[in-house]
Amino acid sequence: MTARETEIATYNFAYLDEQTKRMIRRAILKGIAIPGYQVPFASREMPMPYGWGTGGVQVTASIIGPDDVLKVIDQGADDTTNAVSIRAFFKKVANVAVTTETAKATIIQTRHRIPEHPLNTGQVLVFQVPIPEPLRFLEPRETETRKMHALEEYGLMHVKLYEDIARHGRIATTYAYPVKIEGRYVMDPSPTPKFDNPKMHRSPALQLFGAGREKRIYAVPPFTEVVSLDFEDHPFEVQTFDQPCALCAAENVHLDEVILDDHGGHMFVCSDTDHCEKRRADGHRGSLAPETHLALEKTEPAQ
Amino acid sequence: MTDEPLLRVAALSKFYGSRVGCENISFDLWPGEVLAVVGESGSGKTTLLNCLSTRLLPSSGTASYRMRDGQWRELYRMSEAERRFLMRTDWGFVHQNPADGLRMTVSAGANVGERLMAVGDRQYGKIRATAVDWLSRVEIDEDRIDDAPRAFSGGMRQRLQIARNLVTGPRLVFMDEPTGGLDVSVQARLLDLLRGLVTDLGLAAIVVTHDLAVARLLSQRMMVMKDGRVVESGLTDRVLDDPRAPYTQLLVSSILQV
Amino acid sequence: MYVAVKGGEAAIANAHRLLADRRRGDRSVPALRLDQIVEQLALGVDRVMSEGSLYDRELAARGVAQARGDMIEAIFLVRAYRTTLPRFGYTSPVDTGAMQVERRVSATYKDLPGGQVLGPTFDYTHRLLDPELAAGADVDAPAQRPIEAEAMPRVSSILAHEGLIEADGDMPLDHIPGDITREPLEFPMARDIRLQALSRGDEGFLLALGYSTQRGYARNHPFVSEIRIGEVELELDVPELPFAVPLGSIRVTECQMVNQFKGSAKAPPQFTRGYGLVFGQSERKAMAMALCDRALRATELGEDVIAAAQDEEFVISHSDNVQATGFVEHLKLPHYVDFQAELDLVRRMRAEYEAREIEDKAEDKREAAE
Repeated sequence: MTARETEIATYNFAYLDEQTKRMIRRAILKGIAIPGYQVPFASREMPMPYGWGTGGVQVTASIIGPDDVLKVIDQGADDTTNAVSIRAFFKKVANVAVTTETAKATIIQTRHRIPEHPLNTGQVLVFQVPIPEPLRFLEPRETETRKMHALEEYGLMHVKLYEDIARHGRIATTYAYPVKIEGRYVMDPSPTPKFDNPKMHRSPALQLFGAGREKRIYAVPPFTEVVSLDFEDHPFEVQTFDQPCALCAAENVHLDEVILDDHGGHMFVCSDTDHCEKRRADGHRGSLAPETHLALEKTEPAQ
Repeated sequence: MTDEPLLRVAALSKFYGSRVGCENISFDLWPGEVLAVVGESGSGKTTLLNCLSTRLLPSSGTASYRMRDGQWRELYRMSEAERRFLMRTDWGFVHQNPADGLRMTVSAGANVGERLMAVGDRQYGKIRATAVDWLSRVEIDEDRIDDAPRAFSGGMRQRLQIARNLVTGPRLVFMDEPTGGLDVSVQARLLDLLRGLVTDLGLAAIVVTHDLAVARLLSQRMMVMKDGRVVESGLTDRVLDDPRAPYTQLLVSSILQV
Repeated sequence: MYVAVKGGEAAIANAHRLLADRRRGDRSVPALRLDQIVEQLALGVDRVMSEGSLYDRELAARGVAQARGDMIEAIFLVRAYRTTLPRFGYTSPVDTGAMQVERRVSATYKDLPGGQVLGPTFDYTHRLLDPELAAGADVDAPAQRPIEAEAMPRVSSILAHEGLIEADGDMPLDHIPGDITREPLEFPMARDIRLQALSRGDEGFLLALGYSTQRGYARNHPFVSEIRIGEVELELDVPELPFAVPLGSIRVTECQMVNQFKGSAKAPPQFTRGYGLVFGQSERKAMAMALCDRALRATELGEDVIAAAQDEEFVISHSDNVQATGFVEHLKLPHYVDFQAELDLVRRMRAEYEAREIEDKAEDKREAAE
């Protein structure tokens, strides 16, 4: 009984056993070699539910080393519960340093956003992906969609965009907006808002995508061409916001709407909490910014 | 017409285990020519059509197609990618049931435009204008362009399927009982339309039908099949007016008596 | 003034603390011991082992307790634990013909070598809530019979002698059995892979699909050739040793269905098979699995695929309850970035729509005035 308890309590570094990590690394390398191609991998059951980032967690667990500095965001924020939970997981099973500062992180695991602060060479952005197949809702069969990718039959993708314009007068896809990688594979950028699509293009960072439940890994190597699909006469465009962040006055960033009361009062603030706090620490003040701001401890070293 | 055929079929056979699907079929098809394949159900005409359109691989025999660049290619040696590309550019396939050839959940305009987008057309305005043009050619009102085919009648669906197939200007179209399942009056109108389009566009077509009237109206040449084999072939008018094989005689007489 | 909500970490810690409290419940009630769960909630433990793909009663019981009796959560706990275990090797195929049988029934023969053995079954109990159970009355020791020397051959082997049933699971000689926990799933699947996936599939899902085949959605005319429950020996081949090393025994439930089959282009008229095998005792699951296995062989046998139960991608992609529950429940995670994007789009389209309406009305008025 006690012997077993100790067994359960002592996990391998970063939870996964080394065999599994090697298998996942092979999948990652293959993904990097064929940018945008979905590599099947034998996804393992993780101690968090499917759909909660098991793909991203497995990718991170396979690439993380003791010297890495990890940042985890969900919806752009470091303090959302799922981000907190995943960060705590890696602190526990890999005992790595964690940070909320984009620039200090070596690995950033994300759900639904790309940080506003430009990424650099050497950084790895790990996306959590729910449905990796961009053609899935047009063609439900895996056997057929794999064939379509193999034969580069992407007409259907534009059918979807055509339908949007015919029905709404514009491309009504706002997130998980499909992209073409290096002129070959059409890829789902995960449910990030299309606002973030241009950040993927020729990014100096390595971008890895993990879908645990669907058992796929794919990658965009640094400085790779990432083009959002569109029509020549209906070009891709990102969302724009009518006002700057109410806390840090940032413009050209993705904003979240925060409801202030029950009679329609609301404000828009940066969805990237680290970016917002940095700007406020630098003295930027939005229209609704509090007078004082408590500086938070941003980086926690490994114990 | 050019002096070379478009499609050459030699000794094509398809067996299902020991059962014969079709056996030892040979013929040439010329550009702009419409060939009708007639026979009762189970005669092997649909098996033949599926083999020719590479939806089914034959057990033996060859079929060669003259590509747009003039090169002859053997169909069953082409890669799947090449065949699928051919299928959505230079060929068309009109199914008996329009739901098999249409995307029932997307609009009529997108159904027509899909092939254009598949070959790289990226001008929404141009795709839409082409769709409008093709809808009018198959007599579908422009204001139905954003409706899904679910809201269409059987005849309209079939015309939409034809437009979807013809939009890339194919040179060869396969048709499987294109008027089957439609009311007689709707059939007549569709046949008229098809005849007009085939003549205007100079299309070559292989039409499988059990209806001799369809063969008479659409085709210049016909093949009569029974038990997987061709029992008679020749100019359509000759075969229908002066059938030589006993089976053809039976077929023609039984139709004319009705 | 606005202060951003912080403190996710503290909130999570508090939630976990509350969960532990609720799990324990009223402290004046004695805490459940794992051995009580193993002994007295054995079928629940069996289900957790079976769908958790890990044969260990005590761990499964721990899962049940930790999950407060939520079976899928317990299965999930066991699966997550199983991930951390290295794979030492694969045992030789178990021989269910040599099973130490506790229950064995056949619906196709009245009597047969080895006989019908009812064993511990709910089948002929009247489902009356038992007041004595609540009172904690003593239970009689079971009646016993001497061990019989008579072998208990599998019923399907009896049928096979007549040549009226297809051979059992022919795989090419060089076929290496797959392992769904080590290799990615690929469609279409070989039957061995499919059976593995079915064996850990959700009992409720497979039950509903099996039921649908009986109600006409891909009817396959099944007969229970045999259900047997008991202990089978596990043996491991070790390359250095000339004999297989016995590892002990596990309890399994096996169901062999025979299905009437009129023949097709690919196969002659004969009986065909559907197969179910699960850890522990679960006839319902084994039978549902056998029905689904047979339905999923439609393509192999040249039958038309017309119903959900025959659709391999549909069945296998949705049978895993750990995957299903995770993805359904992930909808409660924040989605406000995506929602914001949609909100913005709807607002814009709505504004355009309203502007158009106003314009149209103005035009109507102008026309009316003219």
